Amino acid sequence: MGVLVLKQANRILSTYTADVSGVCSALYEMGGLTVMHDASGCNSTYNTHDEPRWYTMPSRIYISGLTEMEAMLGDEEKLLHDLVEGIRELKPRFCAVAGTPIPAMMGADLPGIARAAERRTGVPCFGFQTTGMQSYVTGASMAFEAVARRFSPALPRAEGLSVNLLGVTPLDFSVMGNVEALRALFAENGIPVRSCWAMGSSWEELMEAGRASVNLVLSSAGLKLAQFFREKYGAPYVVGIPMGEALTARYLSAVREAAQTGECRFPAKGAEIPGEGGALIIGEAVWAASMRRAYELFTGKPARVLCPLELDGETLAPGDLRETGEREIAAAMQGADLVIADPIYRFVLPKGTSFLRFPHEGYSGRIWRKEIPVFVGKSWDEWFSQHKF
Amino acid sequence: MIDLHEITREGTVVPVSEASFPAPFPSGLEYAAPARGSWNIVHVGMLIPESHQIFVCAEGCLRGVVLTAAEMGAFDRFSTIAVQENNLLDGDMEQLILDGVDEIFSGMEKLPRALLLYTSCIHHFTGCDMDYVFKKLREKYPAVDFTDCYMNPIMRKSKLPPDATMRRQLYSLLKPAPREEKLVAILGNNERLSPEGEMMKLLRAEGYEVLEIAGCKNYEEYQRHAAAALSITTNPAAVPGGEALEKRLSIPHLHLPLSYDFEEIEGNLRALCRRLSLPMPDAAALRKEAEKALAHAARELDGMAVSIDYTATSRPLGLAKLLLEHGFRVVSVYADSFSAAEKPAFGWLREHAPELILRPTVQMKMGLLPRDEAAQAGGLLAIGQKAAFFTGTEYFVNLLEGGGFYGFMGIKQLAGQMEADAKTRKDVPSIIQVKGWGCSC
Repeated sequence: MGVLVLKQANRILSTYTADVSGVCSALYEMGGLTVMHDASGCNSTYNTHDEPRWYTMPSRIYISGLTEMEAMLGDEEKLLHDLVEGIRELKPRFCAVAGTPIPAMMGADLPGIARAAERRTGVPCFGFQTTGMQSYVTGASMAFEAVARRFSPALPRAEGLSVNLLGVTPLDFSVMGNVEALRALFAENGIPVRSCWAMGSSWEELMEAGRASVNLVLSSAGLKLAQFFREKYGAPYVVGIPMGEALTARYLSAVREAAQTGECRFPAKGAEIPGEGGALIIGEAVWAASMRRAYELFTGKPARVLCPLELDGETLAPGDLRETGEREIAAAMQGADLVIADPIYRFVLPKGTSFLRFPHEGYSGRIWRKEIPVFVGKSWDEWFSQHKF
Repeated sequence: MIDLHEITREGTVVPVSEASFPAPFPSGLEYAAPARGSWNIVHVGMLIPESHQIFVCAEGCLRGVVLTAAEMGAFDRFSTIAVQENNLLDGDMEQLILDGVDEIFSGMEKLPRALLLYTSCIHHFTGCDMDYVFKKLREKYPAVDFTDCYMNPIMRKSKLPPDATMRRQLYSLLKPAPREEKLVAILGNNERLSPEGEMMKLLRAEGYEVLEIAGCKNYEEYQRHAAAALSITTNPAAVPGGEALEKRLSIPHLHLPLSYDFEEIEGNLRALCRRLSLPMPDAAALRKEAEKALAHAARELDGMAVSIDYTATSRPLGLAKLLLEHGFRVVSVYADSFSAAEKPAFGWLREHAPELILRPTVQMKMGLLPRDEAAQAGGLLAIGQKAAFFTGTEYFVNLLEGGGFYGFMGIKQLAGQMEADAKTRKDVPSIIQVKGWGCSC
């Protein structure tokens, strides 16, 4: 049996949100028109499991309704026609079309189709070569970066310290108060938030991002955007989420240092406390690294990260793991004193291993949404202290 | 975020008198309403007791189905094999599936009685040799019954759409069995037909046992479908399943469609009686009972507006006609297209209720327009989850695929349900967002 198979077959584990949903999630509040080039299925998966805003916050997210004949004949004119009709009817700020497995197999030229739609309508259009075979971090990352590259204007930096929150989608932050908690934390510490990419900020706020002195990479989906802002505006970035009182203090210092020195900072990087066992934290890289650092600072015990997603957010440590297969993940759990992960991972937890459930919208979707705690600042300490191991 | 005043209703409202048939609205970009009660291929497949499902597809496609299984608490009956880009390029799809099944089976304490192996659109297009795959699997695991299932939404608008294919494959595991002359199988319904229906009562009274997959407790009971003397389908999507069994196992098939037309219902009953040589019940009395219930419900609703959607029943226009004929104020029907069986009702509505409004569910503006039909109407009873969502009502009949209400007595039961639901405020978002409503697997 090949190694690849081991990593591709899951007896029980779930899959992370796909790249195409990541594009939709990133662009959801920007006033665009986003189309998944797909027959069906991607839409219901997205708006049932990946998008908690769907019922209450309208957005122009659609599927193209690709048919067998269109796929067989390579007919891209129907998609182009429908994009143009959609743009004319709905008057979006921009249009984005993202691919799924069949367009990937057909070799659909989505950037080319987007260019054609833009020529016909005059509305800026993007084509994302997503495949449905990578995770949301890749899709959201490419969407954030593309929008900024296209629209973010040249701006002089504002006086004083201010920040942008980058890589923020419900897939990592859900809708249970964490985005609000982030804003409140920075407000309490006298640090204005200029924009949040992309929850709760108007388009005008997003376009003011260039005035911020530091960009905060809060998920791996925000790193490319931060790198672009560094390239365009010269602003440094800080990677991590301020979880727990101790890490938050270090995090805020890192933000101030970055503003003063112009250098990027990585306060969530682990201290590599020596020792056997320790905790294993499974999840998106920036979240997991921050969780690990908060845990280390709170308990003084070692921990390592297992990131099943393809982007590392420049914040993983040398001893961290990058596994996707169920067997490998279960093996990594063996010997850990404690596993902190989405509740689905409990199904492959070795007997006798302690488990701290932390639902992740980008993994288990809405199932345990109500259990997602506020994990920003001191709230993390309160959440963690509730549990005995 | 979005200025709804910029969006007009143009293209989302058409009186039946001006509508084309069978598709009143042009196709284009498609919206998906957050009404999730309709069952998907995972829910339907889970109806086979003691079976296990393996889906082979790209991660993006897997997510919706794996979380379907998770939400219904069926983690232990569901596994996945993720297809990656290299598998498309390397041409190793068959080996990926074989190795993947080995890997999944090796982690099981006990092998399942049956395995439903779902492949996807990409296998369809790449010409994956599934005959070879199944041959190898059957050789290696003789104690497991394997069947092919499909997650190929790209066939959604093709001759045999995925829903009908799934309901056909649901019976593909049946093995030839000695005929039981007093056994009737009703095929392809997610929900059992109500025992109060005249067809069910008649069959019971004449000594027949009625088997439905929704009630099967174990694999042996499921296999008994193969012994049926007659199979009946009431859902049009189940017909290919009935026809396949007739061809493969010589089980005679009778399609007696769910209907709201009294003559058609009586015709269905006559056809059944003829086929099994049963005494014909008093159809006039049954009709009278149904009409009495309808009259009572219409009085109770007292002019309250009614809206129907296509997920509630395969015959939304037929239901609209019935209700309008019996004093209800039906104001709208939500559907994107209609089956050919709806043509007579469509014609009747054009003539007798030309102002009845047809509205789409996937048209791109539908997620942006205000959901205020109930408020505009001064109160509205929706029949179906999508009608409830789009009209913005809090009063609705949570009906899916007819809800087991079949025949004259089904109409009587539906009238009673409408009466009750018109008086009961419901928490619509919490109900309609549940996937596969009523799935008891």
